[in-house]
Amino acid sequence: MIPSEAEAAIARQVAAAREPLLVRGAGTKFGMLRPVQAASEITTEGLTGITLYAPKELIISARAGTPLHEIESTLAEHGQHLIAEPPDLSLLLGTAANTQTLGGVVATNLSGPRRVAWGAMRDHVMGIRAVTGRGEVIHSGGRVLKNVTGLDLCKLLTGSHGTLGIITEITLKVLPAPEAVGTIAIPGLNAEQAVAVLSAALGSPYGVSGAAWLPAEAAARLPEPIAAGRSVTLIRIEDFATSVAYRTEKLRGELSAGEILDDTASRTLWRAVRDVRALPTANGDGIWRVSVRPSAGPGVLRAVEGATGYLDWGGGLVWLAGPANETTHRAIEAAARAAAGTWTLMHAPDSLRNAVDVVPPESAPLAAISRRVKGAMDPRGILNPGRIYSGL
Amino acid sequence: MITLPDPKPDVLARRDAVIAGLRAAVADAEGVIGDPISLKPYETDGLSAYRQMPLAVALPESTEEVAAIMRFCHANGVRVVPRGAGTSLSGGALPMADAVVVGLMRMNQILDINYADRCATVQAGVTNIGITNAVSDEGFFYAPDPSSQLACMIGGNVNMNSGGAHCLKYGVTANNLLGLKIVTVDGEILDIGGEHLDAAGYDWLGLLTGSEGQLALVTEITVRILRSPEGARAMLAGFASNEIAGACVDSIISSGIIPVALEFMDRPAIHACEAFAHAGYPLDAEAMLIIEVEGSVAEQDDLLARLSAICNRHNPMSLKVSRSVEESLAIWKGRKGAFGAIGRISPDYLCMDGVIPTSKLPDVLRRIQEMSDSYGLKVANIFHAGDGNLHPLIMFDANDPTSFHKAETFGAEILKLCVEVGGCLTGEHGVGVEKRDLMPFQFAEHELEQQRRIKSAFDPDWLLNPSKVFPLRAPAALPRAA
Ligand SMILES: Cc1cc2nc3c(=O)[nH]c(=O)nc-3n(C[C@H](O)[C@H](O)[C@H](O)COP(=O)(O)OP(=O)(O)OC[C@H]3O[C@@H](n4cnc5c(N)ncnc54)[C@H](O)[C@@H]3O)c2cc1C
Repeated sequence: MIPSEAEAAIARQVAAAREPLLVRGAGTKFGMLRPVQAASEITTEGLTGITLYAPKELIISARAGTPLHEIESTLAEHGQHLIAEPPDLSLLLGTAANTQTLGGVVATNLSGPRRVAWGAMRDHVMGIRAVTGRGEVIHSGGRVLKNVTGLDLCKLLTGSHGTLGIITEITLKVLPAPEAVGTIAIPGLNAEQAVAVLSAALGSPYGVSGAAWLPAEAAARLPEPIAAGRSVTLIRIEDFATSVAYRTEKLRGELSAGEILDDTASRTLWRAVRDVRALPTANGDGIWRVSVRPSAGPGVLRAVEGATGYLDWGGGLVWLAGPANETTHRAIEAAARAAAGTWTLMHAPDSLRNAVDVVPPESAPLAAISRRVKGAMDPRGILNPGRIYSGL
Repeated sequence: MITLPDPKPDVLARRDAVIAGLRAAVADAEGVIGDPISLKPYETDGLSAYRQMPLAVALPESTEEVAAIMRFCHANGVRVVPRGAGTSLSGGALPMADAVVVGLMRMNQILDINYADRCATVQAGVTNIGITNAVSDEGFFYAPDPSSQLACMIGGNVNMNSGGAHCLKYGVTANNLLGLKIVTVDGEILDIGGEHLDAAGYDWLGLLTGSEGQLALVTEITVRILRSPEGARAMLAGFASNEIAGACVDSIISSGIIPVALEFMDRPAIHACEAFAHAGYPLDAEAMLIIEVEGSVAEQDDLLARLSAICNRHNPMSLKVSRSVEESLAIWKGRKGAFGAIGRISPDYLCMDGVIPTSKLPDVLRRIQEMSDSYGLKVANIFHAGDGNLHPLIMFDANDPTSFHKAETFGAEILKLCVEVGGCLTGEHGVGVEKRDLMPFQFAEHELEQQRRIKSAFDPDWLLNPSKVFPLRAPAALPRAA
């Protein structure tokens, strides 16, 4: 975590700015949340490179503009991986492949299937450097795995979509990549049956690290033809090869259903689940993510007419694609609310993104805190204004 | 020595009115304490060298009562010190003379257990072990396991972001939370998160976790509960030097095995714990590792064999693989009783809590030993080797003020060393009052100022747990100080 000229240049640009700035990495997530009206852009593209990698300390630091795939391949060379398994949504969203940056993934807190067992992106951000709206460079956390010194601005900045600060460098906890991957695939269950099975699997002692249900039409979009016109329930176990063999067999016995997919098939399959390939590509459609308690997932799927989707995170993450109009959005809002959960509009035309609550609005007292925190980080309101909430 | 700011004279003068106001907010007459004898148990916490009687204590039984207390205190400019079990080792729950201690211990109900969705909602005063006890019949547990888990409360854990011996695999408190119910300084009740993962919008859950009572009162917590593994077993390896033990830790991590626990003890710690627990610790070794793995018996055997092979490459002086649950418990008994064990050698000790990059361990231990010699104070080191969290236990004599002063200075030197080698001041015990004045070693002034502004966004008048975490400044310079 060291200062760089590129970071200093960003700080100067922010300090000198008189008008709103669009904060961007590679721009692959422009379609998320609300459009930002800004006179000029500020980019992390010049901030690249891994600045520290200590495999034995399970720590990697890189500048925010570093392409994620560069980090993933460096880790892979040392048999390690990113714990939260962040998705590459380029095919879904029609953006350039392999360009998303580490900063973008952290600023949006996007995690893949492994999140259900091993935590989200935000859980593994150990340190952050950022330029605030004042044009000051601050750091929070550090390059060690445990740190409770002061307020945790790593958590505050992660997932803040560039509205509180421009993240310039990130330190992540990483782990050894598993030696083997196995999958139990169970065809033909309906959503409720599937979530009951996933709940039993996640509540088993076998260390399940992926738990998804795909209805027939979503399953058909997967690279591996595994369920032939039927729905499929997928349970993943990652560990040493002997453990994977033992645990998948044992769990399949306890669930008394399913076939076991081998390592190669499992890796291809879960990459597709991670990258949300089971949804139709966005084109003109809207894409939503709803997070609810897992048992409420099937209800959310069913409640939204005209939309298609599937369940990850044991049922708790609902991916939906449907007509990009207010009717669909309101139905999704209502379903998420009814389940006391949360929604995110991931992709839609600007008109819809400007017209609706792209994430749940906060209660008045919490919204007041949000405004004050925004003011504390970005008093002039110039960083990505309106990106998450209108007027903020 | 740590200084506390002068109490507000006007609040001290209004003491009776404050107590009357609290009585109006709390239904049970015994839920408000004003007499000095009953206040006494609240004058200190786990950092018992510091004592300060509070103005009064309020013991609410519901979120609504907490809100009523906060509305009253806010309206009357009265400071509030939240308190769980008072086991903080950094003085996080130390009272102030003009402050009301709001103790959450009466809010000790398990509100809901949802096995299908693997979560439980509990009140802030439920003990850490109380959550695991409530779900263990179904084979579940709540993962973070601070050594104080019999006493410490989940509300305190949330505010300290507490860790434990098993957080290498399961993460710290922050990684095991889903939702909170909080009461703001002005008495608003807010829900943060819920039973689902990753609420959209700002990560208030993450910011509040570890905020040491600076931002809000936490009254209810929704935690993730996990299914217990099939089994667990420990092994123990003794080495001729700290360097060799450190190299062995590196080899373990490089092998791709992440043990569920990986604990390091130096010679003084080994001796103290062995005398206490008779766990069969190697008394001739300079350093010792406790390594624990999980899984079926066959999986345990496999992992323990791999780990033994790795240890054997580092010429262990002793290697003992537990063959049963009982033997594993014995191995852990020494480590878990470490504080008690040190307490038998020296009734007074300071438990430090720095973090270092694990590669720096041998260096850091050498320098701690040099400091120990020059201060003339004994120190024993316990280290969460997987994640770099170092607990030097500095022994001193509380009857001798210079001894205490030296111990504090020694401790501060160690923490500065941790920062210097790339680590941080605290890994799990929090800043509290103890490390407040060391914050400038880790943060530049403008960074502290930025954190203060976040605090002000939640607590504009700085009524919540003041004089902790942030170095004191002239009150006039405090942002909107009351
Ligand atoms: C023997 C011993 C062993 C320990 N071992 C460990 C260990 O292994 N790992 C570890 O991390 N810690 C450990 N600790 C430290 C301590 O137990 C933890 O910090 C614990 O989380 C404190 O919980 P508590 O209920 O005692 O909180 P308290 O000490 O009462 O309070 C802690 C802080 O949180 C605030 N607070 C408490 N409750 C609330 C609430 N409901 N709302 C808002 N603020 C609140 C207080 O103001 C204070 O700042 C140990 C302590 C002892 C004495």
